[in-house]
Amino acid sequence: MDINDARTVVTVLGFVCFIGISLWAYSGRARKGFDEAALLPFGEDDLPLSDSGRQTKEGNKNG
Amino acid sequence: MQSQTYNYKVVRQFAIMTVVWGIVGMLVGVIVAAQLVWPELNVAEWLHFGRLRPLHTNAVIFAFGGCALFATSYYCVQRTCHTRLFAPGLAAFTFWGWQLVILLAAISLPLGFTSGKEYAELEWPIDILITVVWVSYAVVFFGTIATRKTTHIYVANWFYGAFILTVALLHLVNSAEVPVSLTKSYSAYAGVQDAMIQWWYGHNAVGFFLTAGFLGMMYYFVPKQAGRPVYSYRLSVVHFWALIFTYMWAGPHHLHFTALPDWTQSVGMVFSLILLAPSWGGMINGIMTLSGAWHKLRTDPILKFLITSLSFYGMSTFEGPMMSIKTVNALSHYTDWTVGHVHSGALGWVAMVSIGAMYYLLPRMYGKTEMYSTKLITAHFWVATIGIVLYIASMWISGVMQGLMWRATNPDGTLTYSFVEAVKASYPFWAIRVLGGVLFLTGMLIMFYNMVKTIAGQKAYEAPVLAPAGAHA
Repeated sequence: MDINDARTVVTVLGFVCFIGISLWAYSGRARKGFDEAALLPFGEDDLPLSDSGRQTKEGNKNG
Repeated sequence: MQSQTYNYKVVRQFAIMTVVWGIVGMLVGVIVAAQLVWPELNVAEWLHFGRLRPLHTNAVIFAFGGCALFATSYYCVQRTCHTRLFAPGLAAFTFWGWQLVILLAAISLPLGFTSGKEYAELEWPIDILITVVWVSYAVVFFGTIATRKTTHIYVANWFYGAFILTVALLHLVNSAEVPVSLTKSYSAYAGVQDAMIQWWYGHNAVGFFLTAGFLGMMYYFVPKQAGRPVYSYRLSVVHFWALIFTYMWAGPHHLHFTALPDWTQSVGMVFSLILLAPSWGGMINGIMTLSGAWHKLRTDPILKFLITSLSFYGMSTFEGPMMSIKTVNALSHYTDWTVGHVHSGALGWVAMVSIGAMYYLLPRMYGKTEMYSTKLITAHFWVATIGIVLYIASMWISGVMQGLMWRATNPDGTLTYSFVEAVKASYPFWAIRVLGGVLFLTGMLIMFYNMVKTIAGQKAYEAPVLAPAGAHA
């Protein structure tokens, strides 16, 4: 087996790996984590508190 | 316990310098464009086209684009990890170190010090400084992710992380060089290997510096400005890995019909064509984030910038694969078409998404919700868009014209046109390009004024670090 066989194997493994990732991403198992992650930018409001008139932060969603 | 606020200082510094370096880099661009129309403008050797052109590319890519990436990645990673930036001293060092790199580039390139590699012209002492700054950047960024208070790593941080890691790899490999004096070095590689490594670097600089990094920006700022989560998170995961697996291979399309082995050229072409899929997947994911809230586009000029940038991203990532096809490349290569394609990506995608992100960031750095004037943002948007359209359209026409003139032959096999005839025919289009560039630069000056008015009299602001995501589900 020469170096070119190793290159071929790595390329095929890369492809298989990508197919695996795609199947996982579209499986139901990943869904819950993705739904949580998608909300990460919104777990908080980055506008200054004074502007939106909110002095208390926890659980206050009136902004 | 750590401090109660996010580290906004370094974000603020990079955000302001993004606007400043944008103006400088685009001004140099306008000057070199004008030098092509009026060669008399090449007044002195250090202001000659050949020396200013690399200054323009370095300034817009690494100074303007680089500062925008530093600012937004530091902002995004803190806020989506719900923790203060890791190693604040090192973060401050990345700011001053990066500014020093830019300053050294601005001095050494006009003086004629260059290693002659496109987008990697800076000489070896500056290369070492870049490496030190970049490793510090990686420590700050990945350190922040490692100390995060959230379970997940938001997809934007994956893109930023890939950008940081890959640029480190590209820079180290392509900048391997043998110094012969303090200001001169030669590449460690020779012949076609040197060319291939250069364009492996060059195209991945496009793929990871100018694409992956700015996609990170897109995945954070488009949802934030639109006020809704990204259209499909699972698509963003597939988008990420597809891009990572394919971009590395596309470089050979810069070396079609050269001494590079034919099969390598074909590999480059095929992978460039495959790239269309992840690129458009990402574009659709970004634009569809607005689905159900399209009306916001009418009134919000920041969203206009962000969504238009995605349209240009889609356009240029369609054009790129087409131009990588050998038969198309036979016409387009070495012509203005390439220059137009690059600027469709650089002005339309990279600059527009950065400008949108800066308009989002700047007021927040000073405890405000909005820029001084929303009307001026709208004005900036239209001036910039018209500028890009003039730029790209003129380059398409002159590029195709040049390609056709160069390949035209008479029945007896001699060339129909001499090279200088193609140059002469290009003049009107080069003049239109200057106009397009001036318009885009004008937009940046409007932005600068708006920024100064926004900041004037305001105190720097640091937002409080908030509870982990799980605490307020």
